[in-house]
Amino acid sequence: MNKVDPAHLPGIRDAAAIVGIGQTPFAKSLGRSEPEMAVDAIWAACEDAGLSPREIDGLVRYDMEQFDEEQVLAALGNPLLRWFCGTPFGGGGSASVVVIAAAAIAAGMADTVLVYRSRARGKASGYGRDPKQGGRYWEKLPESLPGLNQWHVPQGLVSAFQEMAMISMRHRIDHGTTDDQYADVAIAFRDHAIRNPAAVMRTPMTRADHHASRMIADPLRLFDCNIETDGAVAMILTSTERARDLRQPPAIVHAGAMAAGSHHIRLSTLFSRPRDEDSAVRVGRQLWQSSGLSPADVDVAFFYDFFTSMVIIALEDYGFCARGEGGPFVENGGLAWPDGRLVCNTNGGQLSEAFIHGFNNTTEAVRQIRGTSTSQVRNCEIALVAGANSDPTGGFLLRRA
Amino acid sequence: MADDARPITRGFPRPAPTRDAALFYEAAARGELRFQRCSGCGTFRHYPRPTCPSCLSREFSWELSSGRGVVHTWTIVRGPTLPAFEAKLPYNVVDVLLDEGVHFVSEVLDVAPDEIRSGMRVRAVFEPVDEDLVLVKFRRED
Repeated sequence: MNKVDPAHLPGIRDAAAIVGIGQTPFAKSLGRSEPEMAVDAIWAACEDAGLSPREIDGLVRYDMEQFDEEQVLAALGNPLLRWFCGTPFGGGGSASVVVIAAAAIAAGMADTVLVYRSRARGKASGYGRDPKQGGRYWEKLPESLPGLNQWHVPQGLVSAFQEMAMISMRHRIDHGTTDDQYADVAIAFRDHAIRNPAAVMRTPMTRADHHASRMIADPLRLFDCNIETDGAVAMILTSTERARDLRQPPAIVHAGAMAAGSHHIRLSTLFSRPRDEDSAVRVGRQLWQSSGLSPADVDVAFFYDFFTSMVIIALEDYGFCARGEGGPFVENGGLAWPDGRLVCNTNGGQLSEAFIHGFNNTTEAVRQIRGTSTSQVRNCEIALVAGANSDPTGGFLLRRA
Repeated sequence: MADDARPITRGFPRPAPTRDAALFYEAAARGELRFQRCSGCGTFRHYPRPTCPSCLSREFSWELSSGRGVVHTWTIVRGPTLPAFEAKLPYNVVDVLLDEGVHFVSEVLDVAPDEIRSGMRVRAVFEPVDEDLVLVKFRRED
């Protein structure tokens, strides 16, 4: 086993930038299909960048995305792709799309790469008979379960939120993490959402509101969980050199990393391996090693906030505090704009803005680098974006030009 | 689209094991908890796989487990869940660390939600779902 992680993908350093961002409105239900929303978001991202969809020559598809290459290309007037691939493993792949797009540009395999995610995820948002379009994926599992689902689902562990509940419970057993600390995360992100007109959840939340929300799967309450929404997000990346001639200040991909190995929501594997081999821990180490930066250099961070508890664990995974100290870290507005220890998820995150599989956190990181957030961090130079810390995962650092 | 028109998994979601994993379920149907054990270094493993995670040996056999272990972590599912499990809400799901060192996701039967604790000693029992499927569950030992 390698004692030192290799400096991963060092060749991508500063080679590419996010130059266009686009999104649909976010809502609990929009009454629109995933393909319709995706095209709106892609068009908006192209306009934001000042590029035509015909200039797209690369595409990185989020693996769970049902609006696939064939459909996207047809909807965009058949641009001529020369690079395409996908990023597996759910929320873990949410940041990897940007890492892979930047790698393709750095390697000269593509000039202009599209990444996108469209989700009709509201409770009644199927919008058609296709079982893979919209709604809750776990409600539509096959009744005959291949693969590793067969070891969880027949026991009544049917969805990721229940698996994350068990991981979160173990963190409480080991470290004494509390309901109040969960509430500190939820309230900080809700306060950010209140300042963000695009956010779905904009009513103030108190500690009592959090504690009174119903228990979904102990120790997770409703207000510890990401919201279920409709909406789409798209981004355009191109070379940093070309970005200088485009419409927006570039958000330069300074470093990127991916890791797979031992940490996965399939609990029998996860709990059998040491925590310092977890994918998110390794992504963090690879980012700091390949960039020469450290957590202290990060001006704003975007963690994959599918659950409040997982944000607390991510702070530890990425080295912002020691293992077990994530709970105390978030207390007293630790993650809150403008004066928190580490200002996080200034859009309101997936807990309060929208749940577009982390893509809406990435666009907000871009706004922070551009200086256009509704909770703008002063003099923001470095932003961290992390994929879900449950799976094979990825992360990257954006910097200002 | 109306709720009732949405495709939902209504029946009991059943394992569809490959040939290798099928041995686990065949053993359970006989009232045996068996895991793969490396013939090289003796390490037990779960989930079934062709290679030992410790020494990479590809030689293994299916060995009896003591069926005894401790609750490593747990949750109480209070809903939502699949229709097949709605009647028993709220119910527990546990990760059991068996004495052989493998982790196994299951349920502790006949325990109230507020009695589940990490470290609780449990032993395996075999619970028929129907005539074709037996699941491995657990009961309290102490």
